[in-house]
Amino acid sequence: MNLLELLGYFNYWVFAVVLSVGLYTVIAKINLVKKLIGLSIFQSAVFLMYITMDKVEGGTAPIIQKGMENQIYSNPLPQVLILTAIVVGVSTLALGLAIVVRIFEAYGTIEEDEILDAD
Amino acid sequence: MDLTPHLPALQVIVPMLSAPLVLLLKPRGLAWAGATAASVLSFAIALNMALIVVDGGRLHYDMGGWAAPYGIELSVGAFSALVLLIVTGAAAAAMIAARPSIDRQIEAGRQPLFYSAWLLALAGLAGIAVSADAFNIFVFMEISSLASYILIAGGPDRRALPAVFKYLIMGTIGATFYLIGVGLVYMMTGTLNLADMEARIVNVTDINPILVAAGFITIGLALKAAVFPLHVWLPNAYTHAPHMVTVFLAACATKVAIYVLIRFDFFVFQANLENHSLQFSLFLMPLALMGILVASAVAMFEGHIKRLLAMSSVAQIGYIILGASFITEAGLTAAAAHMFNHALAKGGLFLAIAGLACHYRDLRLDQLAGAARSMPWTAAALVICGFSLIGVPGTAGFISKWLLIDAAMDEGGLAWLLVAIIIISSLMALAYIWRIVETLYFRPAVEEPAPGEAPLQLLLVTWLVALANIFFGLFPQFPLALASAAAQLLMRHTL
Amino acid sequence: MSADNAIVLALCVPLLTAVGIQLAGRISDNLREAVTLTGAAALAWVVWGMLPALFAGARPEFTVGELLPGIGIAFTVEPLGMLFAALASGLWIINSVYSIGYMRGNKEKHQTRFYTCFALALSATIGIAFAGNLLTLFLCYELLTLSTYPLVAHKGDEATIRSARVYLGILLCTSIGLLLPAILWTYHVAGHGDFTAGGILEGHIAGADVGLLLALFVFGIGKAAVMPVHRWLPAAMVAPTPVSALLHAVAVVKAGVFSVTKVIVYIFGVDFLFATPSSGWLVYAAAFTIIAASLVALRQQNLKRLLAYSTIAQLSYVVMAAAVLKPLAEIGAAVHMVAHAFGKITLFFAAGAIYTAAKKTELGQLRGIGRRMPWTMAAFTIGALSMIGVPPTAGFVSKWYILAGAFEANNLLAIFTIIASTALNAIYFLPIVFAAWFYNEQPGGTPHGEAPPLVVIALCTTALLTLGFFFFNGPVIELENQLVEGMLP
Repeated sequence: MNLLELLGYFNYWVFAVVLSVGLYTVIAKINLVKKLIGLSIFQSAVFLMYITMDKVEGGTAPIIQKGMENQIYSNPLPQVLILTAIVVGVSTLALGLAIVVRIFEAYGTIEEDEILDAD
Repeated sequence: MDLTPHLPALQVIVPMLSAPLVLLLKPRGLAWAGATAASVLSFAIALNMALIVVDGGRLHYDMGGWAAPYGIELSVGAFSALVLLIVTGAAAAAMIAARPSIDRQIEAGRQPLFYSAWLLALAGLAGIAVSADAFNIFVFMEISSLASYILIAGGPDRRALPAVFKYLIMGTIGATFYLIGVGLVYMMTGTLNLADMEARIVNVTDINPILVAAGFITIGLALKAAVFPLHVWLPNAYTHAPHMVTVFLAACATKVAIYVLIRFDFFVFQANLENHSLQFSLFLMPLALMGILVASAVAMFEGHIKRLLAMSSVAQIGYIILGASFITEAGLTAAAAHMFNHALAKGGLFLAIAGLACHYRDLRLDQLAGAARSMPWTAAALVICGFSLIGVPGTAGFISKWLLIDAAMDEGGLAWLLVAIIIISSLMALAYIWRIVETLYFRPAVEEPAPGEAPLQLLLVTWLVALANIFFGLFPQFPLALASAAAQLLMRHTL
Repeated sequence: MSADNAIVLALCVPLLTAVGIQLAGRISDNLREAVTLTGAAALAWVVWGMLPALFAGARPEFTVGELLPGIGIAFTVEPLGMLFAALASGLWIINSVYSIGYMRGNKEKHQTRFYTCFALALSATIGIAFAGNLLTLFLCYELLTLSTYPLVAHKGDEATIRSARVYLGILLCTSIGLLLPAILWTYHVAGHGDFTAGGILEGHIAGADVGLLLALFVFGIGKAAVMPVHRWLPAAMVAPTPVSALLHAVAVVKAGVFSVTKVIVYIFGVDFLFATPSSGWLVYAAAFTIIAASLVALRQQNLKRLLAYSTIAQLSYVVMAAAVLKPLAEIGAAVHMVAHAFGKITLFFAAGAIYTAAKKTELGQLRGIGRRMPWTMAAFTIGALSMIGVPPTAGFVSKWYILAGAFEANNLLAIFTIIASTALNAIYFLPIVFAAWFYNEQPGGTPHGEAPPLVVIALCTTALLTLGFFFFNGPVIELENQLVEGMLP
């Protein structure tokens, strides 16, 4: 595999790096909000993977117009899918933050180790 | 009008549309009645479909009239029908019994919201089981997960909050792993329909992305299913959730994830990837065995009755995964049957505990001493379901354990190890159930004066489930027919 | 009444009795004991009523249902089980009479629970006797263990609970850990576990596996008390004496050796085992148990513990007889179950009578007691002679058959063991008898007379049975001849 080929997979390298950054943040951080930020980064990586894979070389936006039926289009389906996934991600984040607020009300802290000590 | 062809869609639509409607019912009695009606109706739909597909048939439904693989396909076979029965049965039974317990644990003003989340969780879990589309499964999985997080965090116990946060993080990672896997498969095959994937993977020249996808999907779903050692979210979440939520989720939530795991692996990968069956077995069997032994051992020394049973759930998940990892018809039948029987046993146990919790605020074992004297009926139901969990002949648990051991004996050189582990873990189950029995029956009571029985509504459902444990132990034909039809179907998709 | 219905009735009568005892216990003690006696009599009537059909060669059956294909709950009556059921149900009557005298004489608490569990245990015993397949046998076996737990733990103090836990722990762990895998293995290779004349395993399993499976069965059936799975039996001696007498001398332990015999005859098949060298170890294990348990018995100072170790030895007689694998020895195994039951229940009754009348439990306290309790000690003497095997007692008959079988099989080890253990039996029983009759009482003891009349009546009856069996054992032999005929496929 030569350099060009490696560069050709550029988007997947970005995906892998962002994914790892997110996962690391989730695992390593003790602060609950930082954990949620990590989770969001983690999910964003997957959004990137989906969105970049639908690109077809020379393709245009998948809108059929009169007289231009023979155009090459990018694949619209992954975009649709990831729109749903983004909605799911946002809901998860919102719920996660709501839980963090409740935790703060109940324990007076959002540091995981202090919460564990409290019980 | 004949509704039969629409049943797969109705299975999801009924609870999903009822969820916002329940919100509008402000008097809490009405909200409960609405949620109960929707849950029972879902159960009726599931039962109806199970009766149709028990002979190996299949129900198809194309959403919006778009044919698969372009449209979203719903499909119900024997395996999904069995899972649907478990999910809707658990939801209906728990909902009917729920009111006295919910009134104690959830403020009146928030009850409609609670019931609404309950129905959404039900809709999500049912949606997973009816979908034949990989991405749709993801969406339903997240609907059910988000709703379950809300349900678990809804109780008065503040320890539920960190537990549910952990569950949220791990659940989301699991779901995202699954999403990555689906994306990779889609990239190579251009389809999201499970059956279509199976047909197209054969033509994929570069198989490596598919292998990676198989890894991501299996691990992601194992996280959701709480397969040992990915189970760490489960004990606390089950322990501190409102008691009725524990009944519902313990009976069905992890089983749905196992269902997706098995279905995805068998439908999409098993027939197409060389050595996949070996990898599948090599990965899952050791985890299953370790889970069975470690979780049972932990349960033996656990002091909180709910956490004890939650650990036992981890061990029981091990049994189900173990049966599936044999990749034989006998093993899969045992796994599917054990899903059903374990749901009965564990659901009954947690129902009985919800009854105990009506009078005992602290559910640690030493606080429950002598409870059988003041609550004889609840305690007796608990013992029956406990026997079913151990696998005493005459109860449902015996049937699936027998099938599992019978399947294990076909595993050649490993047979003895497997049988020994199953037997040892049954002895451990005996030990931890006996601890409960001894505490309830033979220890002098801590509290005087003794409290009375559990509320009648709760008690009746508890006994109904306890009797179902005996009934399906003596007449297991129907769930077994579903289980073996499911196993045959799955085995058709192997190399 | 057809014989098939009789099976259902035999299983239900003790259950109904248990319910009746619970209800009657709330009204009056006399009513409760009347219910117990009525139930015992009714059970004996039902069970003994099946005998003519059995003699005529019938094999009544009753199938409850199939759980899985080939795996069901079913009951079949065959000569061995019939003998066991007849024995247990008959002795229940005598034991109930004795229980009433004993429990009242000692003013025991929780008597209603006692009688209820007793009836439940009898139901499980009948279930074991009539079990038609391994699964049914296993189910009833566990029920028997569970229903006897409250009886063993009757006293309820810390030491008793500890002993009861040993009892429950050993019996449950061996049955689930060893017996259940053996049963599963059998079902797996043979496809079913029905007790079939001539065995079902031939052709399905061979070589060292046979010995292994046999080991799983023999040690899994912990109630047979083959060493090293014998510790529960001395532990169970904390129970009130009627429990020791009927359950731990007759029903429970006989359920063990009965199950072993039944597995050998109907699952393995005698000829198949005889032709398989890897099964030969069982005779050695049984012989070791006989000698070792007798030696331990020599050192016991407590009367009931001595009787417990004597029981362990006597049980292995049955196992050894079954393991000799010759028709005469199988008859000997069945006859010894009866003979030992009569003798040992007499001995336990006597021990209980001594405890009730004099609160004496140790061997050293029994000097000269024969003069104060002549009836009891006369019965004790007869029981002891039967244990040794002196004519004219029941023990002689069974030893005769076992020896004959051993000679037929040319099994020198078995012959030697029987002779040696007879000597050991004599060494530990005769001094007690001798001291009771011919020594002078220790000074300073409180004067006492005989035990309550009901107790004395019961123990004299069983002593007479022990003597009577020497002369009138024809029907038993005739019945078990059918067993031998049934051994041929």
